[in-house]
Amino acid sequence: MPEELLHNYLSVVSMILFGIGFGNLLLQKNLIRKIIGLNIMDTAVYLFLASMGYIAGRTAPIDDGSQTAAQYINPIPSGLVLTGIVVSVSVTALMLALTIRLYRRYHTLDIDEITVMVRAEHNE
Amino acid sequence: MDFIRNFPFFSIWMPMVAGPVSSVLSGKKARLLNWTVVVASGLMSVATLVYVLSTGESFTYTMGAFPAPFGNEIRVGILEAVTASFFCLIMVLSLVGGHRFTKVDIPEEKQNLFYIMINLLLSSLLALIYTNDMFTGYVFIEINTISACGLIMIRGWGRNLLAAIKYMIMSLLGSGLVLISLSILYGITGHLLMEQMHESIVEIVQKGTYTEPLTVAVGLFCVGIAIKSALFPFHAWLPDAYGYSTCASSAILSSLVSKGYIFLLIKFFYRVIGAEIIHTIQVDDVLFVFGIAGMIFGSVSAIQQTDVSRMIAFSSVAQIGYIYMGFGLNTEAGIIASIFHILAHAAGKSLLFVSLNGLTQGTWENANYRLLRGSAYRNRIAGIGFAVGSLSMVGIPLLAGFTSKVYFAQAAFGAGSKVKMLVTLIALAISTILNAMYFIGQVINIYTPIENAEKKRYAAGASMWFAALAFIVANLVLGMGSQPIFRWIERGLSMFS
Repeated sequence: MPEELLHNYLSVVSMILFGIGFGNLLLQKNLIRKIIGLNIMDTAVYLFLASMGYIAGRTAPIDDGSQTAAQYINPIPSGLVLTGIVVSVSVTALMLALTIRLYRRYHTLDIDEITVMVRAEHNE
Repeated sequence: MDFIRNFPFFSIWMPMVAGPVSSVLSGKKARLLNWTVVVASGLMSVATLVYVLSTGESFTYTMGAFPAPFGNEIRVGILEAVTASFFCLIMVLSLVGGHRFTKVDIPEEKQNLFYIMINLLLSSLLALIYTNDMFTGYVFIEINTISACGLIMIRGWGRNLLAAIKYMIMSLLGSGLVLISLSILYGITGHLLMEQMHESIVEIVQKGTYTEPLTVAVGLFCVGIAIKSALFPFHAWLPDAYGYSTCASSAILSSLVSKGYIFLLIKFFYRVIGAEIIHTIQVDDVLFVFGIAGMIFGSVSAIQQTDVSRMIAFSSVAQIGYIYMGFGLNTEAGIIASIFHILAHAAGKSLLFVSLNGLTQGTWENANYRLLRGSAYRNRIAGIGFAVGSLSMVGIPLLAGFTSKVYFAQAAFGAGSKVKMLVTLIALAISTILNAMYFIGQVINIYTPIENAEKKRYAAGASMWFAALAFIVANLVLGMGSQPIFRWIERGLSMFS
């Protein structure tokens, strides 16, 4: 078991990072820290994907006609990572925009405090 | 007639183009464009349905120049076409029914932004229904989440913003789990298209290698989708998100958004993994338990609410529980009942939200049940709509909710184990009683006349009359003429594998 973990150390590291990111997004009260957690979580998945597509000793699949397919790494996970980055940039932007609007209105980044203030605003 | 094969792609592509175009249009023009696009997508879906019914077999539509296993594909069968047509119908009726409130709730200069979100939502829902590629599914899950978040916050109140950010946080946790699950599945199968993934997974299970990663990946995917579709323990974001947005948003969010994710889950179960393997790794039992818990606790929470919009929102938690219970039975009858319930719940819940907004016209949009007493006399059609929607949710015969409960009960008798059968039947009975407690109570409440009340009437407007009547007809059709739809779902499901 320990040798397998050592052999697949990239997968292990990415799962640990995923856990850290997930925990932060779920448990932090501060909205900015939550967003940082989100980005750690997504980046962990990209590391996982990129490590899966990498084949030791081969090069990036940029076709200049001099090499055959057997000399390239698997390009599909890299493509997935690019797509994933676009998605995570857009959701991060949306989350930050929402955070700014909430901060302007309630002057705090603590989601629990905001919840209390919203309840008070609507007399619940 | 082969030209119709292009229609599913057009119906995804049109709203996707209309979205960005709306950003430079005025609110009114954006609305006209959006309604045209939704109706056109709906008509195209109906044409596709007619085409697939006439040929009797599904077809795949290759996107771009690369054939399988490399390229991206759309796959169209009867089930996909039925669901797409129905979603377009519900969306256009919700928009028409909520039109007056959209004009009031959203500032003039922001109206076009609302229609951008509706366009993107429609596009992503149709893509989730039609896609044959799991990673495309993930991308459209995120587009769906972003546009749903826009619909929640468009009213701009403090609590809309808070509901939107809570929704985003929970949804992003869910989509993170979906993404890592798809990465693991890609790692063990080497494919992203559903058929090829299924072949590899069957091979993996036969050889007995990689069974743990497979179980983990399926589990993560289910939890991710369960968070996003508000299955019982993950429903904390739902009441605020559905309860306080503008009328059309609430109706669309509650009836369609979570259903898109659930449809992807159905495809994942029956096209990617396969029903037997789902049973071998016992994911169905887990979903069954949470579905039953959702049916009971969703209704219990709904009873405790004083705000009727939150009550209707909590009842969605119970209805989502029904759908997952059907998956949990993991028989053909169970899954057909679940798919039928997706349609029945969409028709009932959007009717309830549209008519509730009509009822709150005299109460400064406050949906506290005390203020709603006698409100059915102020807005007649809203009262009738609310009553029909409530009775359908409770499961009164002739209405959609009753038929789906009958299908669930029939499915229970075909369940593999006696324990599951008994638990399903008991849960159905308890849940119906709980539903009746709060829905019938509210119907009586809105029809209780207040003495010495001012006899003010609120004109419902032609748009609400039209939408409410059409929703009532949809509920009656699903309730009384369910046989053809049932057979379509059955045939569509047999096309899945």
